[in-house]
Amino acid sequence: MRFTLRLWRQRDARDKGGFVRHEIDGISPDLSFLEMLDVLNENLTARDDMPVAYDSDCREGVCGMCSLVINGRPHGPLAATTTCQLYMRHFKDGEEITVEPWRAKAFPVVRDLVVDRSAFDRILEAGGYVSVHSGPKPDPNANPIEPEVAEEALDAATCIGCGACVAACPNGAAMLFTAAKVSHLGLLPQGQPERWTRVVGMVEQMEKEGFGGCTNLGECEAACPKEISIKFIGRMNRDYFRAVLREPVKRRGPMEAQ
Amino acid sequence: MDLDAKVPPGPLEKKWDAHVDSIRLVGPRNRSRYTVIVVGTGLAGAAAASSLGALGYNVECFCFQDSPRRAHSIAAQGGINAAKGYRNDGDSVFRLFTDTIKGGDFRAREANVYRLAQLSMGIIDQAVAQGVPFAREYGGMLANRSFGGVLVERTFYCRGETGQQLLLGATSALAKEIHDGHVRMHPRTELLDVVVADGRARGIVVRDLVTGAISSHAADAVVLATGGYCNVYFLSTMAKACNVTATYRAWRRGAGFANPCFTQIHPTAIPAAGEHQSKLTLMSESLRNDGRVWVPRKAKDGRPPSDIPEAERLYFLEERYPRFGNLVPRDVAARNAKEVCDKGLGVGPTGYGVYLDFRDAIQHAGLKVIEGRYKNLFEMYERITDEDPRKLPMRIYPAPHYAMGGLWVDYNLMTTVKGLYAIGEANFSDHGANRLGASAMMQCLADGYFILPVTIADYLSRNPAGEAKPDQPEFKRAEEEVRERTRRLLAVNGSRTVLSFHRELGQLMLDKCGISRSRAGLEETLQKLPDLRERFWREVKVPGGDGELNQSLEHAGRVTDLLEFAELMCMDALTREESCGCHFREEHQTEDGETRRDDAEFAHVSVWESGGPGGPPRLHKEPLAFEAVPLAQRNYKT
Repeated sequence: MRFTLRLWRQRDARDKGGFVRHEIDGISPDLSFLEMLDVLNENLTARDDMPVAYDSDCREGVCGMCSLVINGRPHGPLAATTTCQLYMRHFKDGEEITVEPWRAKAFPVVRDLVVDRSAFDRILEAGGYVSVHSGPKPDPNANPIEPEVAEEALDAATCIGCGACVAACPNGAAMLFTAAKVSHLGLLPQGQPERWTRVVGMVEQMEKEGFGGCTNLGECEAACPKEISIKFIGRMNRDYFRAVLREPVKRRGPMEAQ
Repeated sequence: MDLDAKVPPGPLEKKWDAHVDSIRLVGPRNRSRYTVIVVGTGLAGAAAASSLGALGYNVECFCFQDSPRRAHSIAAQGGINAAKGYRNDGDSVFRLFTDTIKGGDFRAREANVYRLAQLSMGIIDQAVAQGVPFAREYGGMLANRSFGGVLVERTFYCRGETGQQLLLGATSALAKEIHDGHVRMHPRTELLDVVVADGRARGIVVRDLVTGAISSHAADAVVLATGGYCNVYFLSTMAKACNVTATYRAWRRGAGFANPCFTQIHPTAIPAAGEHQSKLTLMSESLRNDGRVWVPRKAKDGRPPSDIPEAERLYFLEERYPRFGNLVPRDVAARNAKEVCDKGLGVGPTGYGVYLDFRDAIQHAGLKVIEGRYKNLFEMYERITDEDPRKLPMRIYPAPHYAMGGLWVDYNLMTTVKGLYAIGEANFSDHGANRLGASAMMQCLADGYFILPVTIADYLSRNPAGEAKPDQPEFKRAEEEVRERTRRLLAVNGSRTVLSFHRELGQLMLDKCGISRSRAGLEETLQKLPDLRERFWREVKVPGGDGELNQSLEHAGRVTDLLEFAELMCMDALTREESCGCHFREEHQTEDGETRRDDAEFAHVSVWESGGPGGPPRLHKEPLAFEAVPLAQRNYKT
């Protein structure tokens, strides 16, 4: 198969960047999209050009490292599929394919198609956990959990943190990402003690990072490779309002031995 | 080389508790004075960094991905073992221990493995407390499945995403410690050397992958949780960036490398399709619970699988191993698949594939039940191959998957370099010559949550805090060497890409040091490797510069270390004149083609010491004693 690639090239965060056209030929339909880019990079290297930089690691759709907006759609044309699991048989021979990085204020471009997603980590650091130290814990069967609840928590917890939801959202909102973590822990009994401080901390951090607001467009759900439901955003909003309407939680300092 | 494993005295089941009772501790007020470097944020690294941070140590944590959550532990699918005994099926700590020792074909240290089995239950409790949503039964109790090589159901799981959920649990604990200021996280930062002075680990030299800046970081102890090295085969189930650099650099600085030739080839991956393929995708071993493995009895049978009548199907695992059937350990399943394909019975376009068939399971239990168990795996398979495993049997073939070998560690998980620790897949300790399914995550988390945070205190407490300083000459020298290596790589400016060399290395190693090995093949490879290395340094082309994000340069650095490390693997495979677990030497097999172990000569850990620049590596041995589980030939047949 033969393709014309319109690739976003940008040397670093300060560079303005722009599209560059590359032709590529002799591509097997069984190659993955990233393997096709590997071949392109081989060709570029041979021609003394700088290969195009893009993130990828596990190449089995779970690490969340790969990104790419392909023909205007985060992770490309296939639903529930990350870029690394996308195959060239899903494209037409001779097609022109436009490839861009995630575009969002909170995800500055590092180089070419690589962006900085550390804002996601800071949102998690603001409360995306249950505070437990390592050590003996009660037996889990002492606290039965309905399988439906565990399943729903897992539906939210399968978020791979790739950022497609942000890239798809015209507002550049990170609501689906944040809501997935808030809901995963908020649904489970283990997450209850910190439920209200968690949602407030994470939502406030999300706003600080420069992500936009949600206007219920639903683009995030459509782009999510793990098909995480937008219903979790509603759930997070309910939790957030309940949390701010409650008496503020005046957390005393941790009871450390003094 | 001092290979005192420091196994505590006393009965097996009391060793760990007695050890914890007797080692020195660091008081809560003193802990923040000690700096610990943790490299890697997979299950072992994230668990260790978060646990040490929570204890109050000052932790510097490094990963080369853009976020700690991306480490390759995330891709573990099937589950995690624990001797909870919930099923009332005769499971116990002792049984998990013996299964692991036997599964590893008697090449692991008994005391370590027993401790692993003891700590396994606490891992489940810890993970559940963090919010890991394990599968539950209708009554709300935790569900279990069975895995290869055992006769009990002790595996806990979250659909096919157990590794992801456990890693998100561990990295969420890490996020809390980062937030609380106990852990300082350095993402997109790669270790390029370990700094040792006066026989003790003092810190590391790293490269900032975005700016290219080289810097030194000093610490009171260094923990490597840098995973395995199966990318020496180029095509493996490991993530693209997995590499041997951290452990290999540590080896060059004096740490012993144990059993480097013990690599596991996982039986159920999707077969390779073409020359530009970049990785192999694993299909969880749990599929063998319901899938039946077969090939046509007739060589080059071109018929579609549905047209092949029952009598003309060879269910080779069920026929040869009636007691375990499709659930034999991984090494046995992989070797048998290769054997039938070598005989020409393989299926698919390359002839290197066998069927994994769900027809009978779907008929028996119904599509809904089977989908409930494997839906995401079926979808993944369909996406990659464009075939529906509900209608057509899957095609699978073995793929390099896990490195049992790694840095030698004692009972405290310390390498032969004082103050340098190795945990998780980066060490060699618990899986012997073959790892059982669902045991990797168990070992990583036991090391990270429960063992290292305790044992490291014993070392730290014996030395004053803050002795190492990044302006010591050893740091400057290591930095200079790192810069020199980078300069050399960029200066070659030849005509071949790094990737093409990596592929060539992979093919060579897969052929000669993969599922089966022979003296002739290994000797030939040992001849070829220096030549390949030389050609690499003459012909490689690394575009770009060192002061920028340069993925070709990163890859080149990793491949240079793999090229050298491959030689160590072959030497180890050559000197181990027996077959055990995943190490199958063609010269050493029984009449019916099973592994023939030689316990008189080889019941030991092979530990390699670097011979310094130009000098040949030296082999040392840690003898293994089997007291609780008497040495016996593995038998999965009757």
